[in-house]
Formats: sequence, structure tokens, C-alpha cells
Amino acid sequence: MEIKGRKFLGYRRENGRVGVRNHVIVLPVDDISNAAAEAVANNIKGTLALPHPYGRLQFGADLDLHFRTLIGTGCNPNVAAVVVIGIEPGWTRKVVDGIKATGKPVEGFWIEQNGDHNTICAASKKAREFVQHATELQREECDIDELWVSTKCGESDTTSGCGANPTVGAAFDKLYEAGCTLVFGETSELTGGEHLVAERCATPEVREQFQAMFDRYSAMIDRHKTSDLSESQPTKGNIEGGLTTIEEKALGNIQKIGRTCKVDGVLDKAETPDKPGLWFMDSSSAAAEMVTLCAAAGYVVHFFPTGQGNVIGNPILPVIKICANPRTVRTMGEHIDVDVSHLLKREINMEEAGDQLLEMMLRTANGRNTSAEALGHREFVLTRLYESA
Amino acid sequence: MSIDFVVHDAGDSVGVVVVEGIQAGQELTGWVMHEDQTITCQVSDPIPIGHKLAIRDLAEGDTVIKYSVDIGRVVKPIKQGEHLHVHNVKTKRW
Repeated sequence: MEIKGRKFLGYRRENGRVGVRNHVIVLPVDDISNAAAEAVANNIKGTLALPHPYGRLQFGADLDLHFRTLIGTGCNPNVAAVVVIGIEPGWTRKVVDGIKATGKPVEGFWIEQNGDHNTICAASKKAREFVQHATELQREECDIDELWVSTKCGESDTTSGCGANPTVGAAFDKLYEAGCTLVFGETSELTGGEHLVAERCATPEVREQFQAMFDRYSAMIDRHKTSDLSESQPTKGNIEGGLTTIEEKALGNIQKIGRTCKVDGVLDKAETPDKPGLWFMDSSSAAAEMVTLCAAAGYVVHFFPTGQGNVIGNPILPVIKICANPRTVRTMGEHIDVDVSHLLKREINMEEAGDQLLEMMLRTANGRNTSAEALGHREFVLTRLYESA
Repeated sequence: MSIDFVVHDAGDSVGVVVVEGIQAGQELTGWVMHEDQTITCQVSDPIPIGHKLAIRDLAEGDTVIKYSVDIGRVVKPIKQGEHLHVHNVKTKRW
């Protein structure tokens, strides 16, 4: 299948970026504003609250990441408009101003000296306006190279490495050629295959940056480890599924970046790339953290291969699940969008599997709800770097 | 022909069982994906779907090869056809 030249129906935002969903979100700046945000989302149908446990007493790089993740989430083109609620005006305005740079509708509310009642009332009035604005927006035809696609696998087993992950790789090779903006990450989960990723870097500078990120992450693990990490990495679920060591898991993991595409650059967590190509994001290997970071970086569709059956979703980023394990497809079929178990029966080849995923990607971009969306999986998990002040 | 296990590359030490219900003593058919070849192997343990069998004899201290790359070290001798997992193979990292 030729993906180059294909079109999809997306929402073109004020800054020119294209989204495939049209969410109005209610974004708390901090944990203690969750109740007000959830109350607004309960009042105004068609909004989505994104509660989370952080935002107080953070400092330094950890605080920068907190703001980058919240602002990036609001800026994501899958989001039409944003109501921001914080405990006080200063950090609330910081998040509002960050999102405002996109030109999309955004308004902030704070609870101190207003109380929950007045804050909820004022924010609900604005949220109603935003929903009515968003629901009048129309999808329009967009070029495939305007699509930003992220990937991260989870609850992997050995079938991930021989089936679902190389399916993503086959699709990534074609999307790369078509000029899309792509990302992968999971720094610790490259251990044992990091040399293969290094060889795929487009320039010596990118290779050096990648290696520095990998070495830093490895040193962090060495600093904190109390064992060989068996049951943490690989996880208990990975081991149950037949994966024995981190090296084996990593070699399966990197099948996702295909055979021909190059790593064009590296990103810090939740950082937005500035040109098309394949990017490496220095990130956690935990599913909800990594997918949340991809959404904050501006990605609008996600490929999530699984073996044993990870059920993750994201509030604003449609997560397409791919599985090659026939037992998982049979027992957890409601979670799987693309069944490639026929690969391991030798009934289809890798290119055919990749094309099935690309077809599902186009259908998802055009509006089809993923399994995770239909089942209400909205895991929004912020990455923390260290303890609070 | 239906297959019971897959091997990534011809030089690998292991295959991955891709069907359910494999019992000790069964003669299995394997597909070497990269070379598109068919091989056979008799298993001496029941092996769950997704788990690995050794397709050659391995001694303690040997390196296990999958995807043509090192995936760990053997900590207990493994015979061809036996279940290969965390009880007889460990990471070389961490």
C-alpha cells in the first residue's frame, strides 16, 4: 500500500497544526484543583477533566517538566479549547499563557479568594462557550505528512518482538518516507539493543546526544537498583509472557523503528520536535507516563503494540493497540484494534501487517474511536524527576 | 504448513512457541523468519505460548543468542528442546 499522498480528515488549528480529535479539556494546574475541574466537566457535557496528583512544591527541572507537560497537553492539536484551574493565579496564568501561544481559546480560573463554588460557576460558563465553539468546527482534508505519530509498547511478550512491534516498524518505515513526524522512546528499555539504535542515528551529533541520554538513564538505574531488576524490567507480566531478560525485551522493543528510517534527533521529555522525521524521546518505559509525554509533545495518533494485553489509553491521544498473540486476541479482544496474530501463523507477511495498521491509523485519524477510547481509558500520568521541595 | 514456534535468525539459540498447549515429547515445526526456512525440534518440557525452547544445547556460562544478538547468560545447562527462561538464563546487564 502506498501511504504517500493519502489524505485524512483532521481539524486544522489556529497555528496550522492538525488534530484528529476535538476535545475541550478542563486542566488542573495542581492536585488540589482536581475537584473543581471534575465538577466543571460534570456540569458541562462534552468537556473532559484531566485530574492528576502533582503541581505543588515542585522545583527546578522537575517543575519545568510539570509545566511543559501541562502546557504541551493544552497545545496539542487534538484539543480545541482549554479551561485551566489552579489554586492561585500565578502558576495558573503561566499555563494559560503557554497554551495561548497556539492561538486556541483558553481561559484560567483560580480558587484562592473565590472558593470552589464561584470558581466552578465561572469556569463552567466559559466551558459551555468553548464546547459550543468546538462543536461548530469542521474536519477538513489534510495531507499525510501533517500527521504526527508516536509509538510505545506495553505488557510485551515474545510475540511483540516477532509480530506486533515489527508491524509498527513496517508502518513507521512508510510514514517516514511520507514525511511524517514520528517518535519513540523508553530509554531504559533499549538496554541490550542501544548499540543498534546508536547505529541508526542520522548524524554523529545525534548519536552522541542519544548515547548521553542512554548513559545518564543507565547511571540512574545503577544508583538506585537493589537487584538485577527482574520483575521490574522486564516486568512480572513480561516474564509471564515469556520474556527472560532486559536484553531480549529491548531487542523486541526496537523492532518498532523499522529497518530503514533514521533517528533524526533527540527530545527531552514532553519536548516538541521542530521538523519531521523520527525522534527519540528520553523517557520512562512505563506506558501511561510515556504516552502522556507523547501527547504533551504534540503527537496526535499513537501506535501501541502489546503481547500480554496492556489496556492503556490517554485522554486526548487515540491509542491504537496492535497484538500478535492469539491467546490475548481471544481473551482480551475488546482492547485490540489491529489483530496481527496471522503473522505468526505465516498467513500474512510483515508488509501486509504494517498496511493493516496504516489503514486503521487512517480510519482512527478520520474519527473512528479506538478500543481504549470506547472503553474510557484516559490514563493521564505526569512524570516526576525527584522529590518535592 | 502450520507452525508451532518461530526463530528470528538462523544463528539464534532459541525459538518462541506461538501456539497454546505444547506438551513434553511433541515434535514441533519451526519457522526461521529471516531466512524463511522450516526446522523441527522435539520438546522435552511443556512450554506455554510465548515462552522459549532451546534449539541447541547450551552450557553454563554460554551466551544466549536471539535476533542474532546477546540476550543473556546461561546459569544452568540447557539441552535442545528444553524450556529456556528465568530459571536457567539471566541478564548480563544490571
